[in-house]
Amino acid sequence: MATAIEFNNVSKQYRLGLVSTRTLSHDLQRWWTINILGKEDPYLKVGSINDRSKKADSEYVWALKNIDFKVEQGDVIGIIGRNGAGKSTLLKILSKVTGPTTGTIKARGRIGSLLEVGTGFHGEMTGRENIYLNGAILGMTKAEIARKLDEIVDFSGCERYIDTPVKRYSSGMTVRLGFAVAAFLEPEILVVDEVLAVGDAEFQKKAIGKMQDVSSTEGRTVLFVSHNMASIQQLCHHGILLKNGMVEMTGEVGDVVDYYLGGMKSVNDFNRSGNGAVRVRDFRLSSGTVTLGEDLEIELDLEAVREADMVDISFDITDELGKQIAHVSNYDDDYHIPHMSVGEKCTVRCRMRNVNFAPGCYNSSIWLGNPYTTYDMVHSCVRFRVTQNETFIHRITPYDRASKVVLQSAWE
Amino acid sequence: MNETQEWTTIIKPKDKLLAVDFKELWRYRDLYTLFVKRNIITQYKQTVLGPLWFVIQPVLTVIMYMVVFGGIAGIATDDIPQPLFYLSGTCMWHYFSDCLGRTSNTFVSNSGLFGKVYFPRLITPLATVTSNLLRFGIQLGLFVVVYVIYAIQGCTAHLTWYILLFPVLVVMLAGLALGFGILISSMTTKYRDLQILFSFVVSLWMYATPIVYPLSLVKGKMAAGMDLYTIMHLNPVTPVLETFKYGALGAGEFIGWQWLAYSFVFMVVLLAFGVVIFNKTQKSFMDTV
Repeated sequence: MATAIEFNNVSKQYRLGLVSTRTLSHDLQRWWTINILGKEDPYLKVGSINDRSKKADSEYVWALKNIDFKVEQGDVIGIIGRNGAGKSTLLKILSKVTGPTTGTIKARGRIGSLLEVGTGFHGEMTGRENIYLNGAILGMTKAEIARKLDEIVDFSGCERYIDTPVKRYSSGMTVRLGFAVAAFLEPEILVVDEVLAVGDAEFQKKAIGKMQDVSSTEGRTVLFVSHNMASIQQLCHHGILLKNGMVEMTGEVGDVVDYYLGGMKSVNDFNRSGNGAVRVRDFRLSSGTVTLGEDLEIELDLEAVREADMVDISFDITDELGKQIAHVSNYDDDYHIPHMSVGEKCTVRCRMRNVNFAPGCYNSSIWLGNPYTTYDMVHSCVRFRVTQNETFIHRITPYDRASKVVLQSAWE
Repeated sequence: MNETQEWTTIIKPKDKLLAVDFKELWRYRDLYTLFVKRNIITQYKQTVLGPLWFVIQPVLTVIMYMVVFGGIAGIATDDIPQPLFYLSGTCMWHYFSDCLGRTSNTFVSNSGLFGKVYFPRLITPLATVTSNLLRFGIQLGLFVVVYVIYAIQGCTAHLTWYILLFPVLVVMLAGLALGFGILISSMTTKYRDLQILFSFVVSLWMYATPIVYPLSLVKGKMAAGMDLYTIMHLNPVTPVLETFKYGALGAGEFIGWQWLAYSFVFMVVLLAFGVVIFNKTQKSFMDTV
């Protein structure tokens, strides 16, 4: 297959601190060194790699450094990495919002970006007027939009309100309309940044389905940035892991996601909330892959930072769209931790029996607290995959994406 | 080798200085018409008086001028009734300054949109200059109405053949405003303090343009050892306004083709320069705004 996009040594430099006002003196100094002394740009030499956690020793920082990879035509690439790894900068350069500092990107075909849904909507204008305006901003011609208007309106599900000013729309409706316009864009290369996190579940399903169609049946190339590993795994073929502005790993999406999550060893690497009275120090999963109908065991190491009465534990299990499908709590087994004193540590084991979720990827968060307050909540840190088991349920055809629970049934 | 020729998009750090993609601009022409439409629609909606505001503004301005410059300062108006004289200058100047004001903060006021999607940024100021024509048209209508009232009563103002230049004059005014506007907008992304300077300069600029006084009044006046009359001609807006006044009112005398040509060339060079700088800025401004 032909190469659709080629990144050649792409780097992007940003200035820290007072980014908004570049000073005349720095510019004059730069001009003096380059044009009069004939030397290299003094501000391109300095600059450290992009590591948020360390204090930078120079004013300039490389948001991206020497990015070098190729994307095949029709491929769906998932770009992953922690906050600040350079994912959005990469997409911004690709969609021409900002230019690279060095290096070139070559691409075949139109590049359409779907960076933020509903960008450019004007509240005073009707839905229909906004479809035209938004479509044109995204690079479509009036004729193209007119041809697709019915499909767009239909996909958005806003038909009744199409001649109502958008300011009267609910936020969900605005998002639907925005995504619908973008989804019917016809670029050869589509750039998507975390848009699927919005809208209700029904719409998300539609959106994901549309994205899959775009790549599989229409042969278009998609670059997709998300923090949701499950949806990355479901949608993408290949993955690119960015770390501190550099490519850490490329390859099959499963391998890249595993490597990325493997690198997130401690619970501190995940988003957390809570007052911190009792904290999850570590957790272990019996296995990252569960066979349908078998048990899943999670082990938690807890430590009380302050004295706490009543330590309740629960897991919220979500599917790849972030929709909750199960809630598991210590009350389910009448198990209780009535008290933990300062510095006390304990290990809790929870065995979830006969996991009967449809084959796919699932996330779970860990919650510690009591009915009045949250001690510690680690968001979507537990990740496991459920695989088909012929002895639990006999099925040859793939599972419908919409059904999440598998029921055993007896037929006569 | 064959493969490299097929690339349709190449993103590089810096393009050649004159690489303005006019083909791309043409491809986005629908966006231009939609932006014009949006600007017009959103100006009307949610105002009680709607386009009436466009009339109230010049009326109040002219009354003020009549009191201050005509009454208190007693500046002559080339034997033209004061309201007509002031109105002709105000209409033209307002179009110019309004276009300039709006286009000069293109990058800053659109940074939200520009930060997310790419389209040729030049579309935005072009649409602004076009949609402002509506307001200009309404104010011009007011001028015509006032003119007709005075003509019936019989006054010294009369049309001359130079009024046929009017479309050219509007294009020149729009071109000058656009040229200065995009140049300023490109500079203010880098050095924000320039914005304050420019808005201040534009308000003073009006007094350097014959609007509240006729150009003939300056004849023979010296300032700092230089001929003020010639210096005033160097202001590229002056020939445009003077030609309009002479064409519409027969006020004063024709400024001369050489000055009109000077103004036109000035506009073309300014536009070319502005577009190049603007084009260069649009690549990097997201990092500085």
